Amino acid sequence: MTQNILEMRSITKTFPGVKALSDVTLQVARGEVHAICGENGAGKSTLMKVLSGVYPHGSYEGDIVFENEVVEFKDIRDSEAKGIVIIHQELALSPYLSIAENIFLNNEVKGRFGLIDWDKANSEAAKLLARVGLRENPTTKILDIGVGKQQLVEIAKALSKRVKLLILDEPTAALNDEDSDHLLDLILHLKEQGITSIIISHKLNEIKKIADSVTIIRDGKTIETIAKTDVTEERIIKDMVGRDLEHRYPDHTPHIGEEILRVEDWTAHHPQDVNRVVVDKVNLNVRRGEIVGIAGLMGAGRTEFAMSLFGRSYGTRISGRVFKAGEEIHTRTVDEAIRNGLAYATEDRKQYGLNLIEDIKRNISMASLSKLATGGLVNDNEEYKVANEYRKSLNIKAPNVLVKTGKLSGGNQQKVVLSKWIYSDPDVLILDEPTRGIDVGAKYEIYTIINRLAAEGKGIIVISSELPELLGICDRIYALSEGRITGELPIEEANPEALLKLMTMETPR
Amino acid sequence: MTDTSTKQPGAASRASSTLSHIVSDLGKNGIFIALIAVVVLFSILTQGILLRPQNISNLIVQNGYILILAIGMVMVIVAGHIDLSVGSVAAFIGAVSGVFAVKMGLPWWLAIILSLAIGALVGAWQGFWIAYIGIPAFIVTLAGMLIFRGLALVVLGNANIGSFPEQYRALGNGFLTDVFGDFAIDPLTMGVGVLAVIGFVVQQVRTRRGRQSYGQDVEPMGWFVAKIVLLTAGVLAFAYALASFKGIPITLIILAVLVMVYGIVTNRSVFGRHIYAIGGNRHAAELSGVKTRQVDFWIFVNMGFLAALAGLVFTARLNLAGPKAGDGFELEAISAAFIGGAAVQGGVGTIGGAIIGGLIIGVLNNGMSILGIGIEWQQAVKGLVLLFAVAFDVFNKRRAGGA
Repeated sequence: MTQNILEMRSITKTFPGVKALSDVTLQVARGEVHAICGENGAGKSTLMKVLSGVYPHGSYEGDIVFENEVVEFKDIRDSEAKGIVIIHQELALSPYLSIAENIFLNNEVKGRFGLIDWDKANSEAAKLLARVGLRENPTTKILDIGVGKQQLVEIAKALSKRVKLLILDEPTAALNDEDSDHLLDLILHLKEQGITSIIISHKLNEIKKIADSVTIIRDGKTIETIAKTDVTEERIIKDMVGRDLEHRYPDHTPHIGEEILRVEDWTAHHPQDVNRVVVDKVNLNVRRGEIVGIAGLMGAGRTEFAMSLFGRSYGTRISGRVFKAGEEIHTRTVDEAIRNGLAYATEDRKQYGLNLIEDIKRNISMASLSKLATGGLVNDNEEYKVANEYRKSLNIKAPNVLVKTGKLSGGNQQKVVLSKWIYSDPDVLILDEPTRGIDVGAKYEIYTIINRLAAEGKGIIVISSELPELLGICDRIYALSEGRITGELPIEEANPEALLKLMTMETPR
Repeated sequence: MTDTSTKQPGAASRASSTLSHIVSDLGKNGIFIALIAVVVLFSILTQGILLRPQNISNLIVQNGYILILAIGMVMVIVAGHIDLSVGSVAAFIGAVSGVFAVKMGLPWWLAIILSLAIGALVGAWQGFWIAYIGIPAFIVTLAGMLIFRGLALVVLGNANIGSFPEQYRALGNGFLTDVFGDFAIDPLTMGVGVLAVIGFVVQQVRTRRGRQSYGQDVEPMGWFVAKIVLLTAGVLAFAYALASFKGIPITLIILAVLVMVYGIVTNRSVFGRHIYAIGGNRHAAELSGVKTRQVDFWIFVNMGFLAALAGLVFTARLNLAGPKAGDGFELEAISAAFIGGAAVQGGVGTIGGAIIGGLIIGVLNNGMSILGIGIEWQQAVKGLVLLFAVAFDVFNKRRAGGA
């Protein structure tokens, strides 16, 4: 028993309507690097939030045993006091403060009269930086160093808190190969110093390189824990995806016509870090009546591809050509993209898709006001009629179209977004995570709508991080990894294992 | 889902539907009721002086320029911006118009047109920095507040400009009166009042018919008629007050035209819809093809134009372009918009609300002045009214369960 630094016993966490974690068990041995694997939404982050006290004791069931003692964390400070530090995927550093200031934020080095002793803080910071192998002056501002180095500052900060168990959530997702290697070496180096790490990662080669054991979580349940000697990519992938795919998707008989959209050599760079290629020479096509999927892990560049294509809404130094039905078109502004028959339903409905303080009617008409207007004046009654027709045909559950979209459920909000784009009468619809945050019944309805649109002869591109969804509704699937198309599979040849292999394929740069 | 409009309501449910319409209308028009309350309060406190014909006429003329600014300001605020420069711009344009009309002796109409054009240019200058360079409107217009106050002084050259041509002065203190001869009750004013009522009723009935023909839910007939009767009585009483004084102020005509035009722009035009869309969710608007920068730019061009018009009306009223003109106008206009229900985060606000907000401030100013309350307490009271109005709004929204 004593060799386990951490045991999480029968953790169950429910959110209204959803069981995020169900009877999850995790055992981490002292001094090991323990990897946690699972698809997006499997419950990895929730589990780590339970562990670090973000979800306080009492909001979940089950016990956490840390260093042979049952612990009840009320907030993140409690867990840090015990030596559990979590480093989130989105780094929590303040860009305008120096490295030393960030390391000792809310943990300041006090001198006389309770004032901060900056000399001491900076020299302590320098020692910590040496431990993580970062050669930077502690007074350098965070925004002047790259993401890789920022990650190291986060670890230095953790060390300053006398960390015993370090949790890293997808630490290499935003890093290049060199920085990733350095980070992985550092984790192994810390292991020699007796620091236990939990690393959440999608990257199988990474896991094989550093993990002593791997726990796989799927649908909020622990599947198994595999020791290093037994780890194979095949076994992990099978554990991650193996689930029943039957009856979740409506039947779909494709009637595929001519090519409607072709994208050639589409490339986009990161808006701030302009030398970083985020979308790398993407080539793809869609035919009339076809549902094409884009599979990719978080950070693969799926949304970035779609948004850069749709009116250059993301990125800089965008290049590439777009052809509609064989003729070259431009999509330099959103307006131009819409006029050329493209539509893009965003991944994040609330942030980017809807005006939540406005009613259903005005949200639906937003992208096509010119259709409803004569002489610059909108015909209110016609607008009402149109919106009401969509309310009925897409089964938006609201008493009338004057209801504010902020009051609708996720599924109904998504139907409003779809109505907006269907009303703009596009030839190609790009749907980014069309069923994220939607319950199962509404998902089925959304799939039915997608099928109907394809049957009408539109070309559909579905971006999703849920492989079963892509396999359930698409006719053909592209895999995207690190901004590149790494493969294309017709639905007959597609299966989760093959896709995951392509999605995790690393392409030499 | 059953369609509510096809149900056959019983007498009881019809009564409750009427009641719910009244309650929801009262909720939506809380600010209108607040105006009536303020008017009633000060009528009592001033023993009726507030509602004397001459004072009613004064209320319009004295607050005309604030109301003009409030119209532009509410559009700026709905789009999620702010404009602190309008007072300075009004002063600057007043000075410029003085140079045109008095010093250079240009025809009054040409002076007015040129001044308005320069106002629009000032707006274009600020709009450029805000929309295309991406500097927050707060900063750009704070700078504009200093720049145009300075330029006003430069144009005036440390002296006032007075003795404007009569037609120019009419903008601020002219009246449309005695066109049909001298009567105790001006027939033209009453005629216009009656025409306004007829126009209003016809428009209301047409809207109602249009909605019905599209199968939309409309308010119960009784409440519909009651509302029209109440408003008709109000408009006619107002017209009667003006008719028994000097007739229709030119400022009121300008205001009426602006309210109608901008009412249509904000409610029904594609441009107006885009303003609300941007204020509600800028990203979503952008990704729906709204040219957000272009819309931002034109909002500020429009604000510059209206600030210029307010400057002309104010200068005309005083018959003087001075360095202190327009001092604090921006704050009154912003207060009017917020009291009138505009949301600080943008996306919400109406022309009608801003006008009523402006009138509340106007009645407070006027009423307290009649009572002989000092300027220091007037300021404090207005500040409190602004604070409570917005607090009430926030409270209301929170109770309604979020934005």
